[in-house]
Parts: sequence; C-alpha cells; structure tokens
Amino acid sequence: MTLAPFKIVSKRVDDPEAVGLQGYLATGGYQALKRAVLDLTPEAIRDQVMQASLLGRGGAGFEAGRKWSMLKKSDVRYLVINGDESEPATFKDHMLVERDPHQLVEGALIAGYAIGAARIFIFLRGEFALGLERVQAAINEAYEYGAIGRNIFGSDFSIDLVLHPGAGAYICGEETALLESLEGKRGFPRIKPPYFPAVIGLYGQPTIVNNVETVSNLPWIVMNGGGEFSELGVGRSRGTRLFALSGDVIRPGNYELEMVKNTFRDLIFDPEMGGGLAPGRQVKAVIPGGVSAPWLGPDQLDVLLGQDEVAAVGSMLGSGSIIVMDDSTCMVRAAWRIAKFFARESCGQCTPCREGGSWIEKVMRRIETGSGREEDLDLLMDLCDNIVPGVSWPPQQTTICVLGPSIPSSVATAIRMFRDEFLLHIKEGGCPYE
Amino acid sequence: MNDSDATVKLVVDGHEIQAKPGEMIIAAAEKAGVLIPRFCYHPRLEPVGVCRMCLVEVKGPRGFSLQPACYLPVAEGMEVVTNSDKAKKAQDGVLEYLLANHPLDCPVCDKGGECPLQDQTFVYGPGESRFVEEKRHYPKPIPISKLVYLDRERCIQCDRCTRFADDVAGEALINFIGRGGSIQVNTFPDKPFSSYFSGNTVQICPVGALTATPYRFKARPWDLEQVESTCVGCSVGCQIVVQSSENELVRYLGLDSEAVNHSWLCDKGRFGFESVNSSDRLGTPTIRNGTAAKEASWTEAMAKLAEPLNRARKRPESIAIIGGAHLANEDLYVWSKLAKSIFGTDSVDAQLGDGLDPRLLTRTNRATIADAVGAEVLVLLSGDIREELPVLFLRLREAAISSGLKIVELTHAATSLTPNAAASIVVSPGQVEATVRSLVEQSGQEPSDPSIAVAKAIIAGADPNRIVVLAGRMNQAGSSLDQERAIATLIDAKPGSKLLSGLRRANVNGAIDMGFVPGHLPGRCALTEGSKELIDAWKQVPTQIGRSTPEILAAAANGEIDVLFLIGADPISDAPDPELSERALAKVGTVVSVETLPNASTRFASIILPAAAFTERMGSTTNVESRISLLGQKLVSFGLSRPEWMIAVEIAAAIGEDLGFESMHDVWRELSVVSPLHRGLSLQALGSPGTREGVLVPVRRSRVSIASNRSLDPVATPGIISVEHSGPPSSSGTGRGSDAYPGIEANASAVESVDSRISGDLLDLLATPNEVAPIGSGDLVPVLRRRLFDGGTMLVRSKNLTELAPAPRVTVGGSTAASMGFAAGSKVTLSNGTSELPDLELVVDRGVADGVVVVDLDGESGLTRRVIQGENLRLTIKLESV
Repeated sequence: MTLAPFKIVSKRVDDPEAVGLQGYLATGGYQALKRAVLDLTPEAIRDQVMQASLLGRGGAGFEAGRKWSMLKKSDVRYLVINGDESEPATFKDHMLVERDPHQLVEGALIAGYAIGAARIFIFLRGEFALGLERVQAAINEAYEYGAIGRNIFGSDFSIDLVLHPGAGAYICGEETALLESLEGKRGFPRIKPPYFPAVIGLYGQPTIVNNVETVSNLPWIVMNGGGEFSELGVGRSRGTRLFALSGDVIRPGNYELEMVKNTFRDLIFDPEMGGGLAPGRQVKAVIPGGVSAPWLGPDQLDVLLGQDEVAAVGSMLGSGSIIVMDDSTCMVRAAWRIAKFFARESCGQCTPCREGGSWIEKVMRRIETGSGREEDLDLLMDLCDNIVPGVSWPPQQTTICVLGPSIPSSVATAIRMFRDEFLLHIKEGGCPYE
Repeated sequence: MNDSDATVKLVVDGHEIQAKPGEMIIAAAEKAGVLIPRFCYHPRLEPVGVCRMCLVEVKGPRGFSLQPACYLPVAEGMEVVTNSDKAKKAQDGVLEYLLANHPLDCPVCDKGGECPLQDQTFVYGPGESRFVEEKRHYPKPIPISKLVYLDRERCIQCDRCTRFADDVAGEALINFIGRGGSIQVNTFPDKPFSSYFSGNTVQICPVGALTATPYRFKARPWDLEQVESTCVGCSVGCQIVVQSSENELVRYLGLDSEAVNHSWLCDKGRFGFESVNSSDRLGTPTIRNGTAAKEASWTEAMAKLAEPLNRARKRPESIAIIGGAHLANEDLYVWSKLAKSIFGTDSVDAQLGDGLDPRLLTRTNRATIADAVGAEVLVLLSGDIREELPVLFLRLREAAISSGLKIVELTHAATSLTPNAAASIVVSPGQVEATVRSLVEQSGQEPSDPSIAVAKAIIAGADPNRIVVLAGRMNQAGSSLDQERAIATLIDAKPGSKLLSGLRRANVNGAIDMGFVPGHLPGRCALTEGSKELIDAWKQVPTQIGRSTPEILAAAANGEIDVLFLIGADPISDAPDPELSERALAKVGTVVSVETLPNASTRFASIILPAAAFTERMGSTTNVESRISLLGQKLVSFGLSRPEWMIAVEIAAAIGEDLGFESMHDVWRELSVVSPLHRGLSLQALGSPGTREGVLVPVRRSRVSIASNRSLDPVATPGIISVEHSGPPSSSGTGRGSDAYPGIEANASAVESVDSRISGDLLDLLATPNEVAPIGSGDLVPVLRRRLFDGGTMLVRSKNLTELAPAPRVTVGGSTAASMGFAAGSKVTLSNGTSELPDLELVVDRGVADGVVVVDLDGESGLTRRVIQGENLRLTIKLESV
C-alpha cells in the first residue's frame, strides 16, 4: 500500500488563518499572480498549463489547456468559474471555497490573465452560505490589495471579478445552463451545436468555464511550472486530485492524492484515509465518480484512481466523489434515491429526461415500497434504453445534456449487478433491509 | 428571401436530396417527402430541439448518432437515416414518454381530431402505454387571459407558445415554471396573458393545452367546413382559413403566407368573426318615416329610395357617399361607377377624415411588405403599428431584430417599435414636416437632437432605392397636412424610395385603387386621366373634384346634401367631429345606410339596406401593398342581406339605369379592361392555386417568383389539415417553387400607364402648410391615438372581445406631469374650454413630447372625439379630487 499525500490545492485547508488575506499572504499567496502579471506573458502561462496536462476537475475531465486553446478570437471573452457543486456526496469545491477562498480568487485571476478575459464571474452554489461570504470577503480584500481591478500589481492587466450566487438548481452546474442562469434566464442547458462555450458562451461571447478545483491548481503551476505538475501522476491524469470519500467508511472526507498512484482499496481502507468499513462489513458497491457514474463492484477495488483507468472499467472518475456502500445497504433504495435526485433536478426541458426520469423514479419507488412487478425490470431497462440507447458507457443520449443519461447509470447498473435483490423486493412485497 | 440557387446534396434514407444551405434536416427531408415526426419544431419559430421526437441518425466522424433533425442544418454529403431501428426506437420512446403524463381525455378535448399528438400516436409509439403510475395532476383548465385557457395536464412542454410570445410577439407573458416533471407553462403571478397575439399560441399548440374561449366546446374538427380567405380586420391582408359548423362561423386560423402573415393573426382579426354571428345583424331592409321604422321588402325599399334619388340627380353634387373601406373590390368598383358615372357625383370618400391624401398612394412608388422588411431603412410616419396593423408589426419587429432592418421612427409618443428602432424621434404635432426637412437637408450642421443626428446619418448613408416610408396617420386629432407634407418631402428628397401604405381600414387601399375617393377614377387615375376604355364603359365622369368626408358632412349640415349614402360607415363614431356628423345626418333628407350591423349613425337613416357580411359572399380585397387576394364565402348570407355590389345594381335599376353587371365575373371583365392597374386579372385567375397568396398589382411580370411558403404541415398549423388526411406535405402544389401567376399576363403598356403617374414632386400636389397657433401656458397639444381594441362596431359585437377594450386614458411626458404636479394613476378631467371628459386615468410615459397630451381614441362611444376636434385645438387637464 503506497500513500502519496501531495498537497497542492488543499495545503491551507487546515489553517484557519489562511482564509484571510494576511494568512494567505503569509503562506505564499498572490506570489503566483504577481509573477504572472509582471513576469509572464499570457502565452507562457497557457504553455505551462498545457504542459501540466491539467484535466478539468468538474467531472468531464477535459484538459484545461486544450479548452483554453479552443477559445475563439474576440474582443470580449469571459471567464466563468463553475462553483455550483451540488451533486450528492460531492463536496470538494465546498471545502476549497470555504477554507481557501483566496487561492480560488488567485487561480481565477491567473486564468483570466492567461485567456485575456474581459471579466471573471464566479458562480457559486447558492447554498454555500459560508463559502459565498468568504469568497466575497476574499474578493473585497483582493481589490484592496491591488490583486483585482485596475492595473493589477502595477501591471497593464486590469480585470473585475464578480461573484454570483446560484438559485438552487443542480442543473446550473451544467456549464451552458450556468451561462443561461448567469444571463438571467432559466437554467436550461443549451442545445449543441455550438458544442463549446469557447465558441459561443456568455452573452454570445467566447467563454471559458473552469471548475473551482481546476483553477485552484493554477497558483501552484505558475510557481512550480507545468513540467513539475506533470511529474505527478501517470498518462493523461497528472498532478493531484481531491477525492471526496463518503458512505460506509470510518473516516469520510476530502483526500488530496497524486493521480494514478492509489487504488480505490487504498483510499477506502488506508487508516490515514477512509480507515475501512465498520467491523464485519463488506464492500457491496462503490460509486466512483459522483452519482451519475455507473457503479463498481467489490472485485474492482484495485482499479487505480485515474481518469482513463476508471474509464477502462466502464465508469468514470467524474468529479472524484466516491461513495462506498457496504452490505447493509439496500441497492434498490440507493438507486431509487439517486434516480429521485435526478428526476427532481431535471430542468424539464427535453422529453426523455423530464418524463423518463420521473417515470423511472416512480417505478423504483414502487419496487422499493413493495408494489413491484417482475416485468418492471425489463420496463426499467427499456426506459433507460430510451434515454441512453444501448444503455452503454460512455453513454449515447437522446437528451440535450448529460443529466438525462445520469438517471440510467445507477438504475441500470443496480439492476445488472443486483438483479436478485430487485427480485427479492418484488417477491417479498417490500424491502428486505427494513 | 433567398433567391440563391446554391444547393447542398445529402442522403436521406438512401435517397440523394437537395436542400438549401442552412436549412434544417427536418425541413429538407419534408420537401423531399420524408416526414420526420415533430412537436416542438415549427417552421416559423427558432428551433429549440426540446421534444426530441425528431431524432434521426446522422453520420458523423464517429459513426452514426442520434441527432435532432430540427436543430441540425444540412451539410454537403451528410447521411441521414430517419427510419432505422435505432431512430425508430428513439422516436417511439419519446412518444411513449410524452403520453405518460398526458391525460387521455381526447373525447372531450377540442383538439381531438386535429391533434398532432393524437395523429402521430397513430404512426409512432406503442399501441398501449406501459405507464401504470398515477399521472401528473393540475386543476383543469385555468383562464390565463380573457381569451385563452390553459390545461397543464395536456401540455407537452414543447415551448411553442412560450417561444411565440417571447420571440415573435416580444411579450414573454407566459413562461416555464418549476423543473423536472413539475415543469409547467404559466403566466407570472397577477399578470394575465393579455397579448394582442395570444390566439396564435392556441393555433400552434400541438395538443389541447391552450384553447380559446370563442371556440371551446363549439364543434368537432371533423364537422367543420372551411374555405380559404383574407382577414378584413385591418388592411394587412392576412391569409386565413374560415371554418364553420352548421352555417355558423366558429373559428379562423392563420394560413402561412410567406408574403404576408407567416401564419400569424392578431386576436382582433382572429376572434372578430363573432360579430358576423351577432344577434344584432341587420337582415331586412328597413324604412323609417319620422320615428317609426318598419321592415320592408327590397322592392319597397328601392321604391322608397328612387323618388328622392331621382330628385337629387338633377343636382349631382347633392348626392354623396361616405364609407366603403370595408367593401370588397368588386363592390367598390360597382359603387364607384354608380356614383361617378350614373349619379355624376365625385363626393365619394372611403376615408373618414382619418386617413391621408389619396394622391400620396396613387402618385408614388408603392412598396410591398417584402420590400419593407428587406429594406435598408424603414421610416415610420404612422401611428403605433402594433395597434393599427398588428401582424405587420410582427414582421417589422422580426426584420429589425433578425435581418438588420433599420427603423427610423417619427412619432408623437413612444410606440411598440421604439425598442427596436435605430432612431426614434419624438416630434410635437405640427413639427413633422420641419423635422423631416432637417433629416434630409444637405446642411453640414450637426443637428442638436441626438436622435435626429443618428436618423440623418442612417438616411444619408442608405441606398435611396432601399428606403421605404411607412405612411399612416400619426395623429387622429387635427389636420393631417403637416404629416402628409412630411411624407412628400421625404419621398421627393429620396428618388427611388417607396411608400408602404399604413392606411388601416380593411380595404381602404382597394377603395383608393377603385377611385372611391374624391378626384379619382379606378386604376389610380385622376378624374381627367380615365382610359379610353373607361370613358367608353362609363359614358361620363365628374369634372369637378368632389368633397371629402369632413367636407360632405359640413355641406350636409349646411343643407347642401339631399341624399347621403353611408356604406359600412358610422361618421358619428368614426369621423373627426361627432357633433358635426349628428347635425349633418339630422339635416340630410334621405340618409341611406348600407350596413351589416346597427350603429350610432343608422339611427338617422331613413332607409337601411342590409349587407352581406364578410364570409357570406365571394370577392376580393386589396391590402397595404396592393396585393389582391380572395375573400371566401362560407356562410349563406344572413336574412335578406346582399353583397354591396348587388345593392348598387339594384339602386341603379330603381332609377332606370343599368350598370351592366349580373355577376362578379361581369365586374372583373369590365374592370380588367378599364383599369390599367387591374389589367389582365380575372376572378378565375385570382382563384387558381398559383395565386393563393394573392396577386400584386399592377402585374409587372408574367413570370414572377412566388416565394409562397404556405405550408400545409399539419403539425405546424393543426386544424387546417390533419396528418391523417395529408400525409407528408407535398413539395409541389402548395405554391412554393411555382413561378408564375397562371392565366395572368403582364401588360407593359398598362404598367407604364400606372407608373407614368408617379410624381417626382409630390409636395407640389399638397396644400401649403397651416398656421400653427401659439401654445399658451398650461395648454397641451392633443394627440389622438388608435388602440387595437378600440370599442368599434366589430369589437362591441364580438362578445369575447368587447370586454378587452380598455377605458380611454390620457398620457403625458414625465416633465409635463412633473410641471403639473400630477402622479401616474391619478384620475383627471380633460377639457377643451367648452366641454370636458372626466374620469380618465393619467399615464406618464417618458416617450411623449413635452406639452403634448396623448389620448386613446375610443370607438363606438366616441367620447374622446367630442372633446378633441377641429384644428389648432388646445387642451387642459385637471386633477380630480379623490
């Protein structure tokens, strides 16, 4: 068992002083921004990020440097930081915005400088009451300090940064729905094409949308170089990642680990990390990358924590949220809860997600509460197929955005992995775990 | 309109097809005969791709994938499969999803039988639903306006109504609320869906979620009979389908005319049919002796009329005719001949003192709607187009937003197009000509008013051939001369520019073309310009220019008129001075009303002749752009009523004259010979498939490109034709692609004759400007403004529209209100020094010029006209004590 705690983004999270400007400065804060705007060209920073192979930490895992390089030329471009982290069991950005808000601000400013943004918007989940307070305080301090505004640190670079609280819809974490919301419209994901906000984004202008954790890596990359960053990790997955571990483990929490150095088993069982399960309990299933990811079984715990490594076994590392379910967990109930979440959070715009989601949720509820029918399993699989043709991974979809395919992920894998448990519910007319 | 011949080749279901670049797969496939199922797609709305019914397989770099055909434009070499197992599975799946929560209340749903959801359920999706859960429930239909009911259980969230309201009408009064399975369309709290265009949402709703009060539970679609026609609610000439059940009108639907209305209608046009069904209809000739009125036969009525008419004929100028703007072209021609040839009077006026000098229309290059929306600059010299020509407003708004039309507006108060105008110049009454002069004069001085500076630069930079002037009536109060001189000044200064008529009465433009105004003969000719053929047919024409409506009324009040015909006209409610009208009608020996419905003026008629209403007779009408289109007959005419042309023939016969017409074909046979404007046309030619959108006169080319897009897509326009009957819309026979008006030949000499009368010096034709009286302190200059729901006869007799007429209000600018110390919402009294109008709500609008008070014109009650009349009027307003 190898442990590789290498802290990039979470190095200050246990230091309450670092929340304020003085504490942040005392721990090397704003050195990177200074270097960036005074010594480095935007191209140089973009090169560093490209070298770093910094995969987006929001869930899709698109390489940040490549995303930046796709930004269409335009007089006005925007940078939007996506902090609408709202998925059950995903809480890594939550920690970063509350415990190291200046790092987020600094990272955003570096990104804004690198891509030539006219303005930066940070879109934070509305329920992050403390996070909103702290990020706003950090922004205010940064203005005072000269890190935001006119001629930052005496350079030619000027930019404003606006904090925008979300209004409580999960779907606004989908980047195009976020842009719609930011524009004051309903949070409906935009239909593709155009495929990327980098072509047409906020207010019709080319826009880069980056995740909180993604940009929180930038101060380190500027100070240490993209090459240094890519020394960590393997393959496409470089640097470190925050893994939000939850569920039936002794020590749930956020763990920053070097990419592709540890397995799920390490994370779950290492006494310094998950600390294992309650005595006598066995792992029944693991959700590896947020609740929209297909589940892994106990036989897949030795998969390495890397983007391509998890994809190779038919799931995704996604947002890095790992939920452990032990053998006391009802799989029907777990899948139902997830389906219920997505059905409620569907924007309602397109038919398969709106109608399919709530239909699947209703059937799942029926099975869990004792009114299931055997034909319901085929029905569920077919309803899943009508959202994700072939019910395969990575999913094809009949929907506009990927919220729709998130519904079948759990339901279909639960049925495939635990069909007997479903049948037991149906046969016994209720949940055997109650 | 894109006349480009460029095409893209793609393969749909194994067959190579051609499409226009930028066209969506769904539209290209449809033209090739492949109907891809759809709900949210509508050819007149921006695609959103939300219903997912149109998913097809499209080959991309990573193989075939499911893509929405309504959202993906065609590309060269594209491969599309609409009927693979995978595509069909997706389509069937979407249909089953849509039906999951849809109530199966088809037997009691008005949409049943013409429902795109019902129709497509026969073709796609499983026969039975696997959905055994409880469906979504909402309280059954809720009124979201006085005209529209919303049933949220039936709604399939296709976003058509909401897109229409926001994108097309510019009023996002309905929108989505909630999310997931709880998403619903609704209004904002306490804000009803009160839009002039709400009926369109009912028409395009692909299910029975939106229903309109006038049609609810009235009929089943399979019992309806229908005929295509033209709406006569105003002069835009929207193409419609008139539907009836058991000889009663039940519904109008908008037809998709590329040239005119893009399938949209305004609510007044759509629901005004109720006035035809009104129980107040006049069905029998009526003779009045003193106060005693008695019903009579046509023979008795004609005998009663013959005597005074024969007496009056000895002095032709003692006979006058007011009205006619609501008549069909054929009626107007026959009445024109009756008046000018038989009676010998030129005192004939289809305008009621509310229009413009007809020479502005007969002596100018006339623009089409296509010219206007495709222009570089459109100069608005008219009232609020949304209030007066509503569907034209939709077209202009779209052009300003999407195709770069620059609107320069001269107005007395902000209009509905102000937000979309490149320059909006607020002028005071009496200053319009001077303002236009400052826009076109060559001085190097920068105008001090920034909006004038912007407008001047826009006009100076534009190709004069691509400038269109929309000429209507900016102010119903006072003289129109200043405004007419402004129009003439602009057109004279920009040779090549065109004029789009903004005259709003149904067929007023046709009336002018038929010479049914003083000083004119059919074909836009002056009295002295009649063709040889006309003189042959008419024998005589008046030599003296006759009186206009205000002049007729003044002469009548003076005892100079013996016989006055009111043809579909109510001068007491509609002419500028109601008191003069009352005096005039009381004085005239014989007032003859030719009417469909009683009004304030018919009380003065000694003979009332019942006329057949629109939809009860065939004929044609001419719109603002000189497009002649057919009026369809759907009903048997009410009681003993007759079309007006027939009444004219009867009147002629009663005095021993023969007009020579036994049918409307006879009328056209003569008209198409005597009028250069109408040469070559016939009723048959107007009724052929290639002329379904009407014919622009004069016919300039024998072979003209008709960009007709009158789609018969039953999903886009449910109710006109059902999927079951039509199958996929055919690529031919709907007008599109046809390039000729069959049976109509252009006649170069006729066109030249019309064009030869276009004046380069329009201003010289007009009178010299009036003196503007000085404005005293505290005095306000009145602007009388039309509203769509104006309380006129049609509105009052349409039971679902009548409540919509707002009480008249007065509007002043912010500084005027401030100087008087009045707050918005106060109750005020309007005074002209001698009479007062109390209890008016005061509105404060920053878009109103200082020292101006804008008053809404009311219709049948005519109250505002009683205070606002005459030249150089000054008003005061005072606050009412609470």
